[in-house]
Amino acid sequence: MKRYDMIVVGAGPAGLSAAIEAARRGLRVVVYDENEKPGGQLFKQIHKFFGSKEHKAKIRGFKIGEELLSEAAALGVEVVLNAIVIGLFREKEITVKIGESVEHIKGDTVLIATGASENMVTFPGWTLPGVIGAGAAQTMMNLHGILPGQRVLMLGSGNVGLVVSFQLMQAGCEVVALADAAPRVGGYGVHASKVARCGVPFYLSHTIISADGDDHVTGVTIGEVDKSWKIIPGTEKHFDVDTICLAVGLSPMSKLCDMAGCEMEDNPAKAGFVPKTDKFGETSVAGIYAAGDVSGIEEASSAMIEGRIAGIAAAARLGFITVEERDDEAAKQEAALDGLRKGMFAPGMRGKAISETEEGVPLSQSLLNHGFVADDEIERFPGVTHSKGIHPVIECTQNIPCNPCQDACPKHCIRVGSNITALPSIDPEVKCTGCGMCVASCSGQAIFLVNEDCGDGTAEVTLPYEFLPLPQKGDKGTALSRSGEAVCSAEVVGVRSTKAFDHTNLLTMKVPAEFAMKARFFRRED
Amino acid sequence: MRIKEHPILGTYNKGETVRFTFDGRELEGCAGEPIAMALKNAGVMVHRYTKKEHKPRGIFCAIGRCTDCVMVVNGKPNVRTCITPLEAGMDVRTQYGVTAEQPEGAVTK
Amino acid sequence: MNDRSRDIGEFIPAPDDDMIVCRCEEITKGEIRRAVHDGMFTLTEIRRYLRTGMGLCQGQTCTKLVKGIVARELGVRPDELEPATGRAPMRPIEMRILAKDGEGTK
Repeated sequence: MKRYDMIVVGAGPAGLSAAIEAARRGLRVVVYDENEKPGGQLFKQIHKFFGSKEHKAKIRGFKIGEELLSEAAALGVEVVLNAIVIGLFREKEITVKIGESVEHIKGDTVLIATGASENMVTFPGWTLPGVIGAGAAQTMMNLHGILPGQRVLMLGSGNVGLVVSFQLMQAGCEVVALADAAPRVGGYGVHASKVARCGVPFYLSHTIISADGDDHVTGVTIGEVDKSWKIIPGTEKHFDVDTICLAVGLSPMSKLCDMAGCEMEDNPAKAGFVPKTDKFGETSVAGIYAAGDVSGIEEASSAMIEGRIAGIAAAARLGFITVEERDDEAAKQEAALDGLRKGMFAPGMRGKAISETEEGVPLSQSLLNHGFVADDEIERFPGVTHSKGIHPVIECTQNIPCNPCQDACPKHCIRVGSNITALPSIDPEVKCTGCGMCVASCSGQAIFLVNEDCGDGTAEVTLPYEFLPLPQKGDKGTALSRSGEAVCSAEVVGVRSTKAFDHTNLLTMKVPAEFAMKARFFRRED
Repeated sequence: MRIKEHPILGTYNKGETVRFTFDGRELEGCAGEPIAMALKNAGVMVHRYTKKEHKPRGIFCAIGRCTDCVMVVNGKPNVRTCITPLEAGMDVRTQYGVTAEQPEGAVTK
Repeated sequence: MNDRSRDIGEFIPAPDDDMIVCRCEEITKGEIRRAVHDGMFTLTEIRRYLRTGMGLCQGQTCTKLVKGIVARELGVRPDELEPATGRAPMRPIEMRILAKDGEGTK
């Protein structure tokens, strides 16, 4: 029987990170993954990540995946693909199907990093072809270059629903509406805002009544729900769509832990049935660890750190490093993890209603209820200021763990401070040069450069733009508001694309001066 | 439909164009991509009809978990087309229940 | 949870009883609800009685849905229900291959 110092099940962000840390300390590590390609869901994540430098913020998910894979390869980690772990036993022996055979392999430590599975909802017609999971949409468009559909309705306003809606538009689909049975947007406000300003209407407190079609989806009917989740008669709305995308949450895929005899708990804060773990990710079975979504649904950034901690702990368990070294190194990772677990979307905040930011600014209710900050709300946030000439307008209105904007400005005009979830504020003493690094660095696409008065009754607004075809200087079109409504005509006066912007183009449009604080997106005339 | 150019990902690195058949009809796809992607590109939505109720099913999870996209491939039923790479000359058939034979009298709606 | 003397009331038909819940085995919500009234109070029993989650996908899509329906019928929270047992093989595998278990391990 083959034997390894560490067996990792799942080559996603947690599994690869653990393998890297363990291999770096001398462990012989093998990673099994049931898929044809490694990286878990990272290669479907094409947006820039949140966090700070240590969390690989402002790097796109698929790039992080590439980094992890090359790091693992350089350290001699063996990654076996199309390898399906079908059993894990208390003695840390696994059975894995590889090709046409089932092999037994023994690990002195085992890390379970099997990730999560998508939750589903039922409605009449939910089994029709054309009803797909949000993950399926991402797989089709981001891995295989296949358009999931032409006209899509998204169900779910959590980060997955919001991010995938944006990705669907980037791929060239029309997202006709975003619905969620909950009364409030579940995901980051900045993700919602970038979808809403493209003109996607949000239907909160709405759910799907039925998917229509004989052989495949040809339409969908949604309706408003009351407090007991019952449809309110007369609120039905129909959309002609060919695709319905479901993004209604994730559940830990923890059966392997259960099977191995790990003590389990059904923990709503972790979004499901998870193994009980200590601070190193070790389960009740000594030497079996769990990291990433399998031990509680969070972001990929957290999964990577949990993986690193488990890798370090496994190294100590087998004597490759001392317990003191483990505590020292794990403490650094834990500090990074604590940073990510702050703010109004932290795991401990699930289900809690918050009315104001940490700074005491009342939250935008419009953002929570409709997906965009209303014109009469935006001025109260610290990133939104006015000054002569070009200056940044930071429409970051919720406390989320993210700070790349602070380092992006070469003049240091943006400040988040040591508290990573603080709302960014602007130093009025520093003159903005209009370089645009802050606009491109903002993972939430919430920073704009505005020259409110160009002296001739016009204003210029520079916005992040990640769609094709890329408008050109001189193009005429319509400026859309934060809510995606057409507010005025606009002309493109500049488009900047540099390597440092990493595919976030900076589009500058000229609008009448009175729309300087309203116009936030550009739609070209066709 | 294929995405010709993506604003973030650029162009996709796909395999050579190969031919295969779907219910006897000749189609084209890219070698190595999942069979389901080639079918989706060709506009095929229904992969199978269920055993009990003869209801249509197609791609649902696209990562090999839900098994709704299974078809009869080269005579073998229950092949998860969303994770099975396309090869030149493959014989892909709609699955009825667990076979490629359409049951008599069944209303495939 | 296994207390069969608990009174959960009569089975009351609902308009969405014909909704498919287990996509693989084509089991409806009504069948699951009725099974609870037939005395199947645990997820493991429901599985064996109806074959929910026993099809090709091995419960990867419907497990949480079935749990929710059973919990509601019993009048308990879903997290109070014991999950069905997890055992090998965790993924569908051809018997031909499973039968060769261990042959390649030397």
